[in-house]
Amino acid sequence: MNCQDHLYRGGDPKTIARRWFFQQCGVGLGSLAGLHLLGPDAVAAKEQSDNPLAPKTPPLKAKAKRVIYLFMAGAPSHLELFDNKPQLAKFDGTLPPPDLLKGYRAAFINPNSKLLGPKFKFAKHGKSGAELSELLPHLAKVVDDIAIVKSMTTDAFNHAPAQIMMNTGSTQFGRPSFGSWTTYGLGSESQDLPAFVVFSSGSKGPSGGNSNWGSGFLPTVHQGVQFRSGGDPVLYLSNPRGVDTNLQRDSLDALRDLNKARLDAVGDPEISTRISSFEMAYRMQTSAPDVMDISKEPKHILEMYGAEPGKPSFANNCLLARRLIERGVRFVELFHEAWDQHGNLMNDLKKNCKNTDQASAALVMDLKQRGLLDDTLVIWGGEFGRTPMVQGGSDGRDHHPNAFTMWMAGGGIKPGITLGESDELGFQAVKDKVHVHDLHATLLQLLGFDHTKLTYRFQGRDFRLTDVSGNIVKGLLA
Amino acid sequence: MSHVMFRKKILCAGALACAMFIVVGLRSANAAEPTAIDFTREIRPILSDKCFACHGPDEAKRKAKLRLDTPEGAFAKGASGEVAIVAGKPDESELIERILSDDADQKMPPAKTGKPLTKAEIDKLKAWVASGASYRKHWAFEAPARPDVPKVTTSGWDKNAIDAFVFERMEKAGLKPSPEADRVTLLRRLNLDLIGLPPTPQEVDAFVNDKSPNAYEKQVDRLLASPHYGERWGRLWLDAARYADSDGYEKDKSRQVWFYRDWVINALNKDLPYDQFIIDQIAGDQRPNATQEQIVATGFLRNSMINEEGGVDPEQFRMEAMFDRMDAIGKGVLGLTIQCAQCHSHKYDPLTHEEYYKMFAFLNNSYEGNIAVYTPEEQRKRSDIFREIKAIETDLQHKTPDWLAKMAEWESKVANNQPKWTVVRPEVDEISTGGCKYIIQDDGSLIESGYAPTKHTVKLTFKTDVKTVRAIRLELLNDADLPRGGPGRSILGTGALSEFIVQGPSSKPEDKGKQVNLKIVSATSDVNHAERPLEAIYADKSDKKRITGPISFAIDGKDDTAWSHDIDPGRRNLPRKAVFRLERAVEASRRPFVINIRQNHGGWNSDDNQNYNLGRFRISVTDAENAEADPLPTNVREILAIPRDKRTPLQVAAVFSHWRSTVPAWKAENERIEALWKSHPEGTTQLVLEDRTQPRTTHMLDRGDFLKPKQAVSAGVPAFLNALKTSGADRLTFARWLVARDAPTTARAFVNRVWQADFGTGIVSTSEDLGSQCDAPSHPELLDWLAVEFMDRGWSQKALHRLIVTSATYRQSSRVTPELHAKDPYNRLLARGPRFRVDAEIVRDIALAASGLLNPEVGGPSVYPPAPDFLFQPPVSYGPKIWNEAKGDERARRAIYTFRYRSVPYPALLAFDAPNGDFACVRRARSNTPLQALTTLNEPLFLDCARTLAMTTLRDGGQSDTDRVAFAFRRCLARSPSEDESRTLVTLLEKEVDRFSRTGATPWSLAASDPKKPPKLPKGSTPAELAAWTAVSRVLLNLDETITKE
Repeated sequence: MNCQDHLYRGGDPKTIARRWFFQQCGVGLGSLAGLHLLGPDAVAAKEQSDNPLAPKTPPLKAKAKRVIYLFMAGAPSHLELFDNKPQLAKFDGTLPPPDLLKGYRAAFINPNSKLLGPKFKFAKHGKSGAELSELLPHLAKVVDDIAIVKSMTTDAFNHAPAQIMMNTGSTQFGRPSFGSWTTYGLGSESQDLPAFVVFSSGSKGPSGGNSNWGSGFLPTVHQGVQFRSGGDPVLYLSNPRGVDTNLQRDSLDALRDLNKARLDAVGDPEISTRISSFEMAYRMQTSAPDVMDISKEPKHILEMYGAEPGKPSFANNCLLARRLIERGVRFVELFHEAWDQHGNLMNDLKKNCKNTDQASAALVMDLKQRGLLDDTLVIWGGEFGRTPMVQGGSDGRDHHPNAFTMWMAGGGIKPGITLGESDELGFQAVKDKVHVHDLHATLLQLLGFDHTKLTYRFQGRDFRLTDVSGNIVKGLLA
Repeated sequence: MSHVMFRKKILCAGALACAMFIVVGLRSANAAEPTAIDFTREIRPILSDKCFACHGPDEAKRKAKLRLDTPEGAFAKGASGEVAIVAGKPDESELIERILSDDADQKMPPAKTGKPLTKAEIDKLKAWVASGASYRKHWAFEAPARPDVPKVTTSGWDKNAIDAFVFERMEKAGLKPSPEADRVTLLRRLNLDLIGLPPTPQEVDAFVNDKSPNAYEKQVDRLLASPHYGERWGRLWLDAARYADSDGYEKDKSRQVWFYRDWVINALNKDLPYDQFIIDQIAGDQRPNATQEQIVATGFLRNSMINEEGGVDPEQFRMEAMFDRMDAIGKGVLGLTIQCAQCHSHKYDPLTHEEYYKMFAFLNNSYEGNIAVYTPEEQRKRSDIFREIKAIETDLQHKTPDWLAKMAEWESKVANNQPKWTVVRPEVDEISTGGCKYIIQDDGSLIESGYAPTKHTVKLTFKTDVKTVRAIRLELLNDADLPRGGPGRSILGTGALSEFIVQGPSSKPEDKGKQVNLKIVSATSDVNHAERPLEAIYADKSDKKRITGPISFAIDGKDDTAWSHDIDPGRRNLPRKAVFRLERAVEASRRPFVINIRQNHGGWNSDDNQNYNLGRFRISVTDAENAEADPLPTNVREILAIPRDKRTPLQVAAVFSHWRSTVPAWKAENERIEALWKSHPEGTTQLVLEDRTQPRTTHMLDRGDFLKPKQAVSAGVPAFLNALKTSGADRLTFARWLVARDAPTTARAFVNRVWQADFGTGIVSTSEDLGSQCDAPSHPELLDWLAVEFMDRGWSQKALHRLIVTSATYRQSSRVTPELHAKDPYNRLLARGPRFRVDAEIVRDIALAASGLLNPEVGGPSVYPPAPDFLFQPPVSYGPKIWNEAKGDERARRAIYTFRYRSVPYPALLAFDAPNGDFACVRRARSNTPLQALTTLNEPLFLDCARTLAMTTLRDGGQSDTDRVAFAFRRCLARSPSEDESRTLVTLLEKEVDRFSRTGATPWSLAASDPKKPPKLPKGSTPAELAAWTAVSRVLLNLDETITKE
């Protein structure tokens, strides 16, 4: 997903990079060697000045500094989890009102299929009294810390375009992802870990794959880096067989010396960047395995998440997300593809909630107890919702873009609220509708950006995450 | 002379990686004040960026009915009665008043646009209005004319016209050319640019020692003649062609399109003129007597992604693909961004919404074809088969002088022996389709499209006016949208029918017409092959014995048996039919019949290419008794309807081919012919475009939504580009227009991209957009001169390359002095040679070539070099993907042949910014990141390269350590190491030899790909030495210089 990084016009002078450094500071070419003699701090300081991912202050007052996005790929049923519809239960087995279906397209079913009542019980929880399904007992414990949005809408009802829409603001491939916009705007606070880290769990991978965390036309440095919770966390992180730490260090020293000699000979500052890249790679070889080692977490924390060292899971990934953001990673996105219940709705939802509910809630709790929730935005949701109409016999629902539910917490999100409503059948968002563009506009606002101004010039046009739409959902702001 | 504002990109790296861009104002050293305002370069960019969004070409978004992109608009009285621009009178011009206003309601541009004018811009606009406000068309929209070559005195530096343009610009900025690079550097640069591979030390020596005056030109010719030239430059075109080996979207199934990739490589190698290169790719199939190659070329347009996830509307994603094609033509051929206009008129360029769809109309009349294609060897084999069959048939005719009469006699018996069949139009039960879509055609047939479930039973309901139904016919029909034209939907265009089950009204009075199963007593077909096990691609992980065979398998009540029409590769894609006779005559009279077509012979994974479904079929009924499937092939039956004296020789031959197969006396000959058919090659498939017999009507689409068609439009071209000189609405007309001599952007866009590849930045840095919003060209006259020269030289790409690489500009040393760096940090003025990291594929290819591991074979199916398996399995990949890791030297093919899944890009290429083919890319990023460092340090194939280089060095690199260091060094970098460099490496070597020689050390674990099977050591070497040399080689392969063109 990397093509055509572009002229950066109107750039933030703080990001002016290395070459400028050489020019402005009158640093003679080849003086990098001298810099190294000053010790690691001097090198780090210089790398910092070179680094476009260095932390940047956003133009507006930011509530959130980092993001953990729990992407529930496949599209969870709002009707079984969040959006209690007694009327849907009442009209179970009957056909939907015809005017509701005007112009409506469904992916698999004939839209004129019978309504299917909700399959699980709901109850009110917390001070806020938010309604949640019995499938989400853990989320119920943190319900006063989250904001539930029941009036989400999107433009697409097939998985790949809708996931791409939710992640990039467009159903067409080739746009930068939310995570890459975030690191483009804010940089990273980590010296030795990627700014934007992606995990996958569940039964399948995300539809559309790599493009969900691609950098589109933004510089490729902003694309998400896939981490694995088992084996090498980052591809090719470990030394090859037969290369121990000493040999690796010797090799890197030789590389550095030779590269430096070339820098002196030909003067291309790009070589100093190459030297830095190798040094950072070396540091990452230590820091990444360290951050990924959840066995260092106390037992009660592991239990809180339901995480088990050595057994990759969504729960482990949630815990890892916390560990990564603690080390300065700006954006962590967890894909959990499991929610496409065309059939087997009841059993699969039970299973999926068992796999995700505890860890999602634990993440909120854990961030809160560490004081991180205040400036960490947690987002939970899929790419669309599911039809109030049945698919198959009586245990499945089709794709549905007209109404679905997401929740958010921390980072300036107003806690303990439920925003928006769908109609009595959960078919149409009717009150305080939140389109994907509105969601993105709001999240960017929390991160300190006017979504109309966080732009990137490409093909003669200033592109943004929200395309030409997006209204801030004021009701979500604390 | 004007001040020139350069907006440059620089590339650097940071904590994790980086590529940042900054804005730098570069002033020429002896800048004089401008004497005249250049509208094109100074005013239009301001108006375009700050004003056109509301006062430009897009009528729908235009505010106050004012347009500033044309003089007519700007000089006319506006909605307010004021005139925006009064030429020569800034004080009377509303535009000037508004941009100067302090009143927030009056001020332009409005604050909310976030695009305020700078003081300098305001001054420029004032000066321009004062000077008469002269407008000029955007420079790129006027056909390039050959500019005069500047007369410059370079003291013998210049070698061709390019240098004159470059020198003139340099001189204005107070710069001087750098000296010519040394021969070693120059040859490596030339090698990497022309073939993407480093020179061997022998090639370097030959060039260095060549004293002839044209030594350099000889190298240029040698490289341009290399078959690897097409690989290097083909790869760049494949970026624009968004080439990938998979469908994209959710399933991201693999596809066969490597014939197109090889077509590109071959076309470049034979220097197919660029205009013909484009015409073939847009409309090769419409050329007179189109060859397989020309048809394959249309794969360019078919490189769009295909979404076959469950529940898609195929038309929606056909439209997405059409938009993608338009975008690829825009960026790749025209150098313009046209996709804005799919929703509304372009905001900056004068391209209207309607004109977009007029161009779209040229492309809209094609099938999404998928044809069988054959390698030259297979083509020879096919010719042999057909010739031999023909010879046998001719021989039969010779031996049977009265064959015509005998055939006529046969014909008279069969001509009218078929009952009357009535086609029914069934309704499809949507729940029964398993997620695919059955699209009904005008002829009553159904085409399966969208998602392809591997197991499903589609339920069809029909009523018929036929009073009595005694038999039902299932016809399998071809369709150009199906693989290999169908009639099935498997990747071979075949299908299998597990069971054919019919229900209809009961005849028992007590049932009152209730639906009951209707027993089928006989099934006949025109194709019945012997029972055989199901092919491996359809394995479903069950332990059932699944088989295919004759039509009786479709009515035997067993789901494990199926009828298939796949008799052999040469005849599997013919239309077929089956007839099912009912036990009793059913009184139909518009009472419903239900047919369940069970298709359960697909494989276990419906996310992969494992379906074995019927692709297009049609149902008919008859009241005739004893109906059987017509044994005559459909085409023969059609020919029989033609009066005998009106038939062509080919038609007569077709009838003969069938008839002779029915003649018992010719059993031996028929068997020989059957055997020949069985030897027909499998071939490969390729996605192509094919003309539709029925043209589609193209509508403008409201905001690009295929559900909201607006008025119909006819094929046409935008008014601001060259006029269409011929009539016609076909792709060929459009293709010829794209590459017409007066097409203003086509040649410019191409030469600019070649320049970009050679020098790192195009003359216009925004190489995908030469429109109003493009970056100002650094050397506008040079761009035009190159474009004209390119066309004058017959659009020869090789001639263009020769011109550029033989210039003095190209041959300069790339050494950067602090002074040069200060004056021109991004080398836009070209006072030095280019120096930048090579493209992703070349990073890999250099390591393979330098180590000696490279397998230089050109072309063929894509290969699977080593990659971690988990990438291709859930939950990383959506579904399990095939990655059969290549064995032996197939692992070491050039990176252009690496299989490309769009959703799971090959990691070693992704890390170095290779695009994944989701959309057309004409300019790659060039990042410099720690992930790249990890890749070249630790990735298995890179490590194999280090091992191979170590072995080669120990074996052939001389005796002393310094000789060997020099040997390995030269293989990577072409040049010899300095004393310091040599010492650094020898020190490392000694240290590691020492380390690997200690007791307990395990040198083979590094030095051998498989430590259990250590390779044979060169005489006198130890495992510790080989391991240490592997470490040294790894360092060499990781040097910045190794992956950099200097």
